[in-house]
Amino acid sequence: MMNAIETKNLSLSYGETLIINELDLKIPKGEITVFIGGNGCGKSTLLRSIARLLKPKSGGVLLEGKAISKLSTKEIAKKMAILPQSPTAPEGLTVLQLVKQGRYPHQSWLKQWSEEDEKKVNDALKATRLEELKERTVDSLSGGQRQRAWIAMTLAQDTDIILLDEPTTYLDMTHQIEILDLLFELNEKKKRTVVMVLHDLNLACRYAHNLVAIKDKKVFAQGKPEHVINCSLVKNVFGMDCEVTMDPLFGTPLCIPYGRGRCILNQAVAMNG
Amino acid sequence: MSKYKNFRLFKGKLSFLIDRKAAFIFTILLLVTFMVFVLSTGIGDMKINPLTVVKVLFGGGPEMEKLIITSFRLPRIIVALMVGMSLAVAGGILQGMIRNPLASPDVLGITGGASVAVVGFLAFFSDSNNALTVSIAWLPLAAFLGAGIVAFLVYFLAWKNGVSPIRLVLIGIGISTLMQALTTLMMIMGPIYQASQANIWITGTVYGSNWKNVATLVPWTVIFLIIAIVAARTINIQELGDEVATGLGGKVQKQRFLLLMISTALIGSSVAFAGGIGFVGLMAPHMARRLVGSSFGALLPTSALLGGILVMVADLIGRTMFSPLEVPAGVFTAGIGAPYFIYLLFKTRNA
Repeated sequence: MMNAIETKNLSLSYGETLIINELDLKIPKGEITVFIGGNGCGKSTLLRSIARLLKPKSGGVLLEGKAISKLSTKEIAKKMAILPQSPTAPEGLTVLQLVKQGRYPHQSWLKQWSEEDEKKVNDALKATRLEELKERTVDSLSGGQRQRAWIAMTLAQDTDIILLDEPTTYLDMTHQIEILDLLFELNEKKKRTVVMVLHDLNLACRYAHNLVAIKDKKVFAQGKPEHVINCSLVKNVFGMDCEVTMDPLFGTPLCIPYGRGRCILNQAVAMNG
Repeated sequence: MSKYKNFRLFKGKLSFLIDRKAAFIFTILLLVTFMVFVLSTGIGDMKINPLTVVKVLFGGGPEMEKLIITSFRLPRIIVALMVGMSLAVAGGILQGMIRNPLASPDVLGITGGASVAVVGFLAFFSDSNNALTVSIAWLPLAAFLGAGIVAFLVYFLAWKNGVSPIRLVLIGIGISTLMQALTTLMMIMGPIYQASQANIWITGTVYGSNWKNVATLVPWTVIFLIIAIVAARTINIQELGDEVATGLGGKVQKQRFLLLMISTALIGSSVAFAGGIGFVGLMAPHMARRLVGSSFGALLPTSALLGGILVMVADLIGRTMFSPLEVPAGVFTAGIGAPYFIYLLFKTRNA
């Protein structure tokens, strides 16, 4: 089973409006897949239906080969975790209390704190470097720390697949990198399959093994960023003219949009002789 | 000493994490509840020494005191305790389920529904001499049915591909207002005698409780309180939002329905035996949250004790402070509760 998730002929709609039309997609196991696309193209909708948060209009989603419509929500929760956009924690909830919730699918009303629960929660806190902060309330943390706490919760859930809907939106650059580095490490060290929606194309290119560009209610292109990203794709998917060059630190595609702004090229050339 | 204690039995078949501080606070509150219970039993027209009260509770004690305590005082104080615990836990459940600190049995119209049922019962089953044509023992059932019907109605009206917290609150407020209007209408249309009787009941009082009431109320309350505490872990995930809760494997709609049923059972029985005692469902969970935090495993039991203490104290004040007049306990829960509610609104105005 090389594919963690597959969609077959998936159509999604909100009321009468069709968002995704008969989409076929294969998401490989053990890799980081990122959905990109313009605003409103349906990438979040697609992610949420894969997470069974949205029922398809037609077609289906396969999780490790099995249709999710036939699996119980608890079984799914043991294999796949989802972190929605902008989650809110109740006032006064501590980091530890939040992360503990991640163990829900593995617990019952009699067994609420097994040794395994304890170990997984501690591992999750360690991986997100939140051990020192575990007694702090979630709402007292900084944006980056708070997001780490939510990710720790999904880690405690101990699933092979983690879905994240825009995990870095609203975070400043340092925290964006912090979160993406953490996810990259989880994928590298623990072989978790990560699927996320990102807005920043360049960060997507840097961190994704597999890029899925959504346009016109279907998959427009899919593959390694360096194979897929070029000016033509960016023009098609985002409607933007750009130059695609190579990131000087990572070698991955770097997309530089045309537009207005201060052009100081001549000065820069002059200064650098 | 660590903040938590792992509690594991039967090779891990039973396991819990106990928050030491919360456990400590709970124990203290348990003692306070007992003390209030004993003191409340001892205070009244005839003052009875607390030690005597304890003796009577364990079967002994002098005959005269024993009679007063068992015939008059105990039933009403036990009812007060049960009602306080029920309303507090129901309020806690509703607040967690609706994710809004202002949610309470009154807001959702459930107590309103019971009120309508009671006034309707009094109006319908009275003959021209203002005497009841059926036994008053049926009144609690009517109240409970009223609560249940309104809970179902609110849930049904709020349903649209599932029930969202905000729809529940909006529909609840609408229904609550409707219930109040209906109650007033029925009181106006009926004879004056009934209006005053209904009014007292609606304000909330444990006056007139007897052992038959206790025999019905105690098992019902205990069973549903236990079910509520077992359901605490589902409230914990519901509080994180529907999407996160579903992602964690929770059957959100089913659980929401179950929680609403548990709340209604607790509210219905309270309203049936003690009328519309308000604000306990709002205040007790808030106070509990400040003491033991947001995890419902600790929050619900703590709320229960605080609610019990509140109603017992309110009843105590009501029957002693204006002696020989009996002021319904509901007056005092409102007296403390309304300012607290305003304070809450004030505090959240910047949110």
